[in-house]
Amino acid sequence: MGNTTTTTALNKKSWTSYIGEYGAFIALILLVVVISVISPEFRTAGNFLNLLRQATFNGLIAFGMTCVILSDGIDLSVGSTLALSAVICAKLIMSGVPAILAMIISLISGMFLGVVSGLLVTKGKLQPFIATLITMTAYRGLALILTDGKPISNIAKSIEDRGNQFAFKLIGKGNFCNVPIPAILLVFALIVFFFVLNKTTFGRKVYATGSNAKCAKLVGVNITKTKIIVYAISGFMAALTGLILISRLDSAQPTLGEGYELDAIAAVALGGTSMSGGRGKITGTIAGVLIIAVLNNGMNLLEVSTYYQDVIKAVVILVAVLSDRKR
Amino acid sequence: MKIEMKGINKSFGSNQVLKDAGFLLEDGEVHALMGENGAGKSTLMKILTGVYTRDSGTVLVDGQEVIYKSPQEAEKAGIVFIYQELNVLFDLTVEENLFMGKEITKGFGICDRKAMRAKAQEVMDRMGVNIPINAVMSDLSVGQQQMVEICKALMVDAKVLIMDEPTAALTQSETEGLFRLIKSLREKGVSIVYISHRMEEIFELCDRITILRDGTYVDTKYIKDINMDDIVRMMIGREIGERYPKREGITIGDEVIRVEGLTKGKTFRDVNFSVKAGEVLGVSGLMGAGRTEIMQAIFGNLPYDSGKVYIGGKEVRIKNARDAINAGIGFITEDRKTEGLLLEKSISDNIVLANLDKVSDKGVVKKNKVNDIVKKGIEEFRIKCFGPQHECNNLSGGNQQKVVFAKWVYTDPKILILDEPTRGVDIGAKKEIYSVINDLAAKGVAIILVSSELPEVLGMSDRIMVVHEGHITGIIDAAEADQEKVMTLATGGTL
Repeated sequence: MGNTTTTTALNKKSWTSYIGEYGAFIALILLVVVISVISPEFRTAGNFLNLLRQATFNGLIAFGMTCVILSDGIDLSVGSTLALSAVICAKLIMSGVPAILAMIISLISGMFLGVVSGLLVTKGKLQPFIATLITMTAYRGLALILTDGKPISNIAKSIEDRGNQFAFKLIGKGNFCNVPIPAILLVFALIVFFFVLNKTTFGRKVYATGSNAKCAKLVGVNITKTKIIVYAISGFMAALTGLILISRLDSAQPTLGEGYELDAIAAVALGGTSMSGGRGKITGTIAGVLIIAVLNNGMNLLEVSTYYQDVIKAVVILVAVLSDRKR
Repeated sequence: MKIEMKGINKSFGSNQVLKDAGFLLEDGEVHALMGENGAGKSTLMKILTGVYTRDSGTVLVDGQEVIYKSPQEAEKAGIVFIYQELNVLFDLTVEENLFMGKEITKGFGICDRKAMRAKAQEVMDRMGVNIPINAVMSDLSVGQQQMVEICKALMVDAKVLIMDEPTAALTQSETEGLFRLIKSLREKGVSIVYISHRMEEIFELCDRITILRDGTYVDTKYIKDINMDDIVRMMIGREIGERYPKREGITIGDEVIRVEGLTKGKTFRDVNFSVKAGEVLGVSGLMGAGRTEIMQAIFGNLPYDSGKVYIGGKEVRIKNARDAINAGIGFITEDRKTEGLLLEKSISDNIVLANLDKVSDKGVVKKNKVNDIVKKGIEEFRIKCFGPQHECNNLSGGNQQKVVFAKWVYTDPKILILDEPTRGVDIGAKKEIYSVINDLAAKGVAIILVSSELPEVLGMSDRIMVVHEGHITGIIDAAEADQEKVMTLATGGTL
């Protein structure tokens, strides 16, 4: 084999491979341009901030989901985890626990709920799909039991301490320099996930686990630990999203977050992450999240019937995933 | 069937893999096709069978120019390719695999199981294979799976059989069975193209040999007119010298590892041995004798019932790979593709994964440390690649194995277990791997070399340990050992 020819062939990236790598971003830009041209409302700064805030819910969950999928798993329980940890938070606040403490407990319980999924996958040797289908069902049920099926409303009013009340309102409704706090959280989370996945030993272990667990195990990677942590992260992100939601709505319903797992998986897939693990990028996921958000927002502004919206979303996902299948 | 391939050219992108390659197959002969990895043997055969299309050149089958558009078309014409990589459906039974896509039906798509079973059994009997036809593939050994693959090819009336490294995973008796079958097929006028790196097999089995180098036709010779050195010279285009490089400047030091009474059910019993610094202990035995399992147990990857392992005189308890690495053991597994490498990842990712502690600080991976270690690895082990980001999938077998060596060597092991380190590796790369082994020994690493290739064990080891059905039947000095002695012990005999 001529060595020099191989070198140039592999070094020179063709334009098609760039499309493969940045396909999601290119699609996003195209989408923004097209909708901007059609709808004047869409291209306002206010709408963009609004859009970013809407993207937060799916985005935070999708980041956690990306880690799980990279490790060759899947987490269907995120929506239920969100609801259960949100209900726990609301219940604690209503029973007089300081809001900040209640929020911290909620995040920890989200993490714990993720660990349970992780244990089912690793120690229980269940397929991730089945394991998290089980926890998804169980957590939703527990949320309904805890609330007796009724929403817990007027949470903020029940907080007596000013500081705690402020903290509870801030996370969902607050602004910093006119930018919604949720949007700031999204950007912050993006940076953290990017760092962890690309620059840390843990990130390497996640990719290695998803790429070839047998091989990773033989060089001393603790597969069990890595997988459990990944589900814990996913649970934590779901709980965080739950806090933002109940802060915004000022009420916690046991039915919160239904179907969120599918939006998150769609965003991860749109971003080019391989469903069999080992391959994918967090930057792809954010592009996927924004594509879905822009589509939702844009189609609402253009008054597309909700029935058609789903079909259009499906087509976009199909096209994106097909174009990503270049190998 | 007579096949003539002339002036074949084929490029993938800007990479020309075949340049004026050719091949002439006569009726009823066993024809060896040899060349280093990447020489284009498989590509040439894939062009013949319609997996790839040629850029230019002619293919004549019985004097008629043909272009097969798919392997199915070639199969219909009687040309069947048995791939090196197993092409089986692991969740289905042997019978279902044999008849995949060519089921015998009673009409309306209803399978005639009885007829299929009978035919499957007939082919199995003819081959002298004893595999239950209703067994699920994943329950079979790799060797058995390979035999099913070969049987599958015989289900159609093949006139030309192309076999790519068919014995790589077979036991001695399975290999003998295969050879008997190949010889009987030849008598029936079937032509066989036999691709293999194992010289011994070529000389035992083949009538003629064609050699390719760098995608170009070199020569075709009668086996009886040629010797091993000639073949090697034609393959690499230069003299290779000694097949097993001389070991120089090695002083054997103190005992590094000692294993006492290691036992696991019926898999292995009462295993005792020790290895000293700078020593190479060869481990020989038939397939399934328990060699790999013993090594897996020492490395903490397979729990054992009883026994003790001492490293540097101290007893160690190794429960998983992490413990083993901390105790100074490295393990190059027999299956490079499923256990040795993250195939879809880069050279860099693979080397770094085994050395995460070395290249990181408080859990953060340091880019400059990564670059240093990977650059060093690529240079030291002469890995042929375009750079650290080269995906392992696209490396040749020899270079893949060098990556595996690099990743382990930088963990600074005191003991390195090598399980079939040169399997599927061409002769040039083999010699480089042997040099690496000698270099490591010279640095005082204790080496355990498990290999099914007897000449390799004899050529590389200081002492040879022979395993038979989970028992150690003997440990002999290499100076006193020969093939016969080792085989006697490996089959349960005594010296």
